[in-house]
Amino acid sequence: MIRLLVFLTTLLFTSSALAAGAAPVPVPGDRISTTAPRELKDLFFGEALYDAFQGDWFDAIARLDTELEQFRRVDEPRRDPLHFHVGQAEFAVGDFELAYRMHQRAGRAIQAVIEGNVAEPVRNEALFRLARIYFQKDQAENALQALERIHGAVPAGIEEDLAFLRAQIYLAVGRFAEAEPILEDLRDAKGLEGFASYNLGIALLKEGKKQEGRQCLDRTGQLAGDDPANLAIKDKANLVLGYKLLKEDHPAAAKEVLDRVRLQGPFSDRALLGSGWADASRGDFAQALVPWSILVNRQVTDPAVQEAMLAVPYAYGKLDAYGRAAQLYGRALVGFGKEIAKLDASIKSIREGNFLKALAREELKQDADWVVKLRSLPETPETYYLLDLMASNDFQESLKNYLDLEELRKKLAIWEGDLDAFEELIENRRAYYQPLLPEIDRAFRQLDSRMRLRLEQRDLIEKRLQAMLTAPRPDYLATARERIFKAQIAQLERAQADDRAAAASPEIEARIRRLRGVLDWNIATDYDRRLTQTFKDLRRLDQDVEGLHRQYTAFVRTRQAATQSYEGYDEGIHQQRARIKAAREKVGDLLARQGHFLEVMAVNELTRRRQRLEEFEVKARFALADSYDRAARAQGQKREGQ
Amino acid sequence: MFKMLKVAILVIPALLLSFNVQAEEVSKEQMKGLDEQVQDIKTDVLGMAVELNQLEEKLLYPSDTQVAVFVSLGGGEKFRLDSLEVELGGRPVATHLYSFKELDALRQGGVQRIYTGNLRTGEQELKVTMTGKSTAGADVRRTQSFKVVKDVGPKIVEITLASQTIGFKDW
Repeated sequence: MIRLLVFLTTLLFTSSALAAGAAPVPVPGDRISTTAPRELKDLFFGEALYDAFQGDWFDAIARLDTELEQFRRVDEPRRDPLHFHVGQAEFAVGDFELAYRMHQRAGRAIQAVIEGNVAEPVRNEALFRLARIYFQKDQAENALQALERIHGAVPAGIEEDLAFLRAQIYLAVGRFAEAEPILEDLRDAKGLEGFASYNLGIALLKEGKKQEGRQCLDRTGQLAGDDPANLAIKDKANLVLGYKLLKEDHPAAAKEVLDRVRLQGPFSDRALLGSGWADASRGDFAQALVPWSILVNRQVTDPAVQEAMLAVPYAYGKLDAYGRAAQLYGRALVGFGKEIAKLDASIKSIREGNFLKALAREELKQDADWVVKLRSLPETPETYYLLDLMASNDFQESLKNYLDLEELRKKLAIWEGDLDAFEELIENRRAYYQPLLPEIDRAFRQLDSRMRLRLEQRDLIEKRLQAMLTAPRPDYLATARERIFKAQIAQLERAQADDRAAAASPEIEARIRRLRGVLDWNIATDYDRRLTQTFKDLRRLDQDVEGLHRQYTAFVRTRQAATQSYEGYDEGIHQQRARIKAAREKVGDLLARQGHFLEVMAVNELTRRRQRLEEFEVKARFALADSYDRAARAQGQKREGQ
Repeated sequence: MFKMLKVAILVIPALLLSFNVQAEEVSKEQMKGLDEQVQDIKTDVLGMAVELNQLEEKLLYPSDTQVAVFVSLGGGEKFRLDSLEVELGGRPVATHLYSFKELDALRQGGVQRIYTGNLRTGEQELKVTMTGKSTAGADVRRTQSFKVVKDVGPKIVEITLASQTIGFKDW
């Protein structure tokens, strides 16, 4: 729908330039050529595309800029998933900037791609986009230079668009003969057939090949297909050809062509007016009244309708129906007076700022048909007369800038509020953490030293175990009970040694030796099993140590995060606040200037239409008097005759 | 003949122009100059947006605890998605009603970030409920649960919606 609306407004605008001669029509392309990759490997790139596909250019560019900046900062770009799409992302950001009417930045971004080390098709696509930027900025020569740098393979998806752009540029620089064969080739291109055919007709006419040009426009006006864009281009071709024939004094042929224009399309008013003039040119005023009578009952603000309000009584006058003519001139006078009053009210309303308020209405921006809706708002009478102006490129660009600035103004105000919230959040965090952290740090230091001690013990055990693999030490693996036994046996041995001088008992000595022997035997024979078990125990301990390390790291991170949650933001926020303040002032200034331009354009347009109506009024008044005279004279002659 | 008639009935444009006295005009140069200034301020504000995005992320969603849930549509899916509800760790974190533009953006391959928040480490349940209409016009309502294992570092998950199933990918 948006595409159609853009297209229709473009056609309307170019149709208003009929008096100055027929103009080529650009194809209504999609706003961006970026598409999602076949397999998305970076969700944040996908997020930028999600914004872009909804026309949220600002968010899309900001997101993609953030991602590209991060990508350029990382030490190992291949670890960033954006590296899978980085070429496309670089392109996309230029594409989005173009859609956001940041032509200078988009041009620079695309130029950087062209100058980089890229594959031929990528470079050629970049050149195509650069040429399109220049062409949209009315820099046809620069656009042509960019196209002339395209050599070799071109991506399949843009071949026809590239050819059409080349033809448009040739038309713009007056190289009609070179545009002709390209447009001829594109006449069967899907989606371009109507535009190619129409522009071919214009190229032929401009080249001086009048007959071929007319035939081409004639064919365009009878193309098959009934989609809205096709029907509109057919109407446009018929209208241009019809007026051309009328101008060249071929009223019959003009009539035939103009009558092909649909009665309900955007060109129908002009076609009906022209159709009537074709009849009038042949002296068939009765027939001229047919289209003109349809026309006078239409929207009175349309220039064609206003012209018909004079044309109808003129035709009646030519048919000697002076009474009826006088009556209709009188009605036209009343109608013109009302419209002049409406225009005065509109000019006053614009000067009071209501026009800008209406343009910035939020609910209108949600609607693709907002220009149409704007006209139906009761509190914006000024817009009734501004359709042609609103469809003009200058107004559209100014309006878009105004709306973009309005969006920026709102964003900056929100950001300022966000900074207030951030500061409050930081203060709350500081108030919460600062008293807690010293106690937490003290407890942590204690735990930390205990942990280090235990880890040192663990390392010592491992070292001993490793040494025991080459130099077995069974005593190291004695159990606690065995150690007690061993100590007790040693005690008994010492007592036995002390008693030996007195009355040593060989039997007791033997039992003690046996006990020691049993103990040593058990320790020595169970050594391998014990060593294996100890290694297993060490591995289990390692698992616990690993868990401890994880917990330790998590704590350290949380502890750092606690400090980082309120430290180190003040300077950044202060700078952001200063930048936002400066930007708000600048946006406010630009908004006022842009708004003023829009108001001046609107007031000038309304003034021009008002002056036209005043001239009509004067003419109607003279014609009314003349009709009365003629009616009176005719009545007198009739009476004399009787 | 046509010209003569027009002259006869209407005032010639030259005459019109002679009366066309306008108080103020906007020249092409003025418009171009202003347009360039608008482009400059857009560049400035975009730069601020990038910095504010980073500041906001650092302040509100530290990388240790950050969790982000993205939504995409399965390739070639034509069903109409009406709404989506996301619960994480047993509490509702996001509800979204889809406009035509949003649905179209998803169909073109865009990915919506439906939720950014903070989550403690460990295993959490992610419950997704979607409603919509199938291409045949039947009501679609589907709920599916997934396990999200939150570790140290940001957690990014993607939910892929299709009329028959809800997919999950841990990035």
